[in-house]
Amino acid sequence: MRSIRRWGPGLLLVSPSIVLIAVFVYGLIGWNVKVSLSDWRQAEQTTGWAGLAAYRDLNADPAWDESVHHLLVFTGTFIVGTLFFGLLLAFLLEKGVRGEGFFRSVYIFPLAVSFIAAGVVWRWLMNPAPGDRASGLNVAFDKLGIGFLANDWYLGENWGMAAIAMPAIWALSGYIMALYLAGFRGVPEELREAARMDGAREWRVYRHVVFPYLRPVTLSALIILGHISIKVFDLIVAIGGKQLITQTPAVYMWILIYDAFDYAEGAAIATLLLIGISILVIPYLVYSVRSEQRA
Amino acid sequence: MPRIRIGRRRKLRVTAARVALFASIALLFVPAAGNAGPASKSGAQASCRLSVFSWWTGGGEAAGLAKLIKTWNRANPNCRFKNETVAGGAGSKAKAVLAQRLAAHKPPDSFQGHAGAELRDYIQAKQIVPIDFVYQQYGFRKAMSKQLLTQLTYKGHIYSVPVNIHRANVLWYNPSVLRKAGITAAPKTWSEFIAALDKAKAAGVIPLSLAEQWTAVHLLETVMIATIGPTRWAGLWKKGADWSNPGVTLALNRYKTLLTYTNSDAASLTWQDAGKLVADGKAAFNIMGDWQDGYFSGTKAGGNLGLKPKVDYNWVPVPGTVGTYDWLSDSFTLPKGAPHRSAAVKWLGFLGSRKAQDQFNPVKGSIPARQDANPKLYGPYLKWALQQWKTNKLAGSLAHGVVAPGAWYKDIDTALGLFLRNKNVGDFQDALESAAKKRAT
Repeated sequence: MRSIRRWGPGLLLVSPSIVLIAVFVYGLIGWNVKVSLSDWRQAEQTTGWAGLAAYRDLNADPAWDESVHHLLVFTGTFIVGTLFFGLLLAFLLEKGVRGEGFFRSVYIFPLAVSFIAAGVVWRWLMNPAPGDRASGLNVAFDKLGIGFLANDWYLGENWGMAAIAMPAIWALSGYIMALYLAGFRGVPEELREAARMDGAREWRVYRHVVFPYLRPVTLSALIILGHISIKVFDLIVAIGGKQLITQTPAVYMWILIYDAFDYAEGAAIATLLLIGISILVIPYLVYSVRSEQRA
Repeated sequence: MPRIRIGRRRKLRVTAARVALFASIALLFVPAAGNAGPASKSGAQASCRLSVFSWWTGGGEAAGLAKLIKTWNRANPNCRFKNETVAGGAGSKAKAVLAQRLAAHKPPDSFQGHAGAELRDYIQAKQIVPIDFVYQQYGFRKAMSKQLLTQLTYKGHIYSVPVNIHRANVLWYNPSVLRKAGITAAPKTWSEFIAALDKAKAAGVIPLSLAEQWTAVHLLETVMIATIGPTRWAGLWKKGADWSNPGVTLALNRYKTLLTYTNSDAASLTWQDAGKLVADGKAAFNIMGDWQDGYFSGTKAGGNLGLKPKVDYNWVPVPGTVGTYDWLSDSFTLPKGAPHRSAAVKWLGFLGSRKAQDQFNPVKGSIPARQDANPKLYGPYLKWALQQWKTNKLAGSLAHGVVAPGAWYKDIDTALGLFLRNKNVGDFQDALESAAKKRAT
């Protein structure tokens, strides 16, 4: 009786969220996996077992290959670019600028702009039209005398998706900057001073004292950026629409389900995306649980 | 001061807890509220509301629909129109919403869909029902051409009422650009077309303007129909059709040639952008459906270009398709379990009437599916189209849902996307052939 009194109210308080998460997160994940293994390949819902047929079809589908390839290019550019610019901005602010609060806000503002709105604007900026029809960045490059930088942007055969990553880098660099800035602030001043006392030059202080402190921040940033990248949909649709040259798995899932009514194959993509995200997140969870235990 | 702060914080915490409690209690009632749905619906039966689902939210389509709604409401004060439109993505968003509603067995009384194979997905899912009786009751069989009725029929039944007819195989051109380039007459045959494109290229303009991927599918279909003709085109969409034949190869090679005359930034343009290149004199030709006429000649206030037909722009059938009408149509269906079935049947009857079609089409920029339209109501392009519609052979559109259902279209679209990059005719034809083997029913 007494023990119920002790844990009962607490359990009661969290039970709505436990139930909701069980049904609406894990229940639906389970249902999605079940659909991906079913024979629901047309508008009419069917629940027959088809095993891995949808996954096999996906594997043989050139559109899927394209989508995955695009996602890899996008993710690579996006993560490296965002980490680089986030760290750079944080580093500059950390070195002490006047009006730091102002710059911090300015850098983080793009995060408040929806991917759709950002996509529309960047679609104008990255106008690939040649000659007298050119506009946006290509014209700006030309006027600045760096016309050789003008390019096809997202229409490029191999690196088109890297161009689409630019708006995403622009949107999220400020956020990563905030993470790193918090990381920088967490480095005890005494450590830096100790290093300087030992005769370390400034870059060595960063290399051996400050940056090692930022490793957990980098890991969190990787996870956050990675899962945003794998799910990317709105930005792609705003810039490239429904075209093979900019297709990603999330966009292909949309086409499969709502245009082709292939629910099993669409659900298979959803499952694979979830697995992709898990590969990123689970090691992180293990790592953070372990380090908490150590602490 | 600190004391006050603590007090405030506590108060905040209490309210937060209350809100959380309230929210979780409210959530418990969500399913109950959902169950109350059907009951309240039957209550609404008395004051009937005809819910019609479409993606006509802008331009001539919305204006045409508004006219139909006005007429409907005047004639049916007991069952007023409930306009359920979903904007965005040329219907792709609406289709997602619709799929969810149909899956939840909460269909509207009638919904929009491209006439033809695109409806097959709904038919096979038994989400819409045959409406042959509507055709009987309202005499549509006499009012529409035999060819159209045949192409609308799937396994012996008709499932929708076409409100309009659009034409896909139209070559739009800028007469002054052609004059400057030394092209004396609009091309009629394939060789004339290539000669004209060469002259345009030499004159320094884009010979043929093209936009994003679906417009490339649109271009492909017109080239194929031009090359193999409407009869063999129709044959390609039947089970066991031969996609590996030399006619298709020739068409694909011609398509490849045509692509060399197009603008390099096609994938970043909308169909309006591509049309505007012709209007602005930067491109000589554009192949697009006849909604381009609405964009060219519509008022500037409505976001169109306000051009003079036959002066600022002109048109001919796509070279090689003279005498063929590559058609597509917006049509309305009768969903299974429509909440107000008798009103929905009446709506379909109304849509097929001469009055409704002559009201809607001049505004939408298309022609009626019926044969008895009043030509006086239509502009120069549509008058010409009405004439052609009566005499031409019909070929169903691929890019706009007449010949291929969704999954087949998706396969073709992927193959074409790859072709736009590698320009490999052999691979393209193989992909088209295997898509046909997989998808034809």
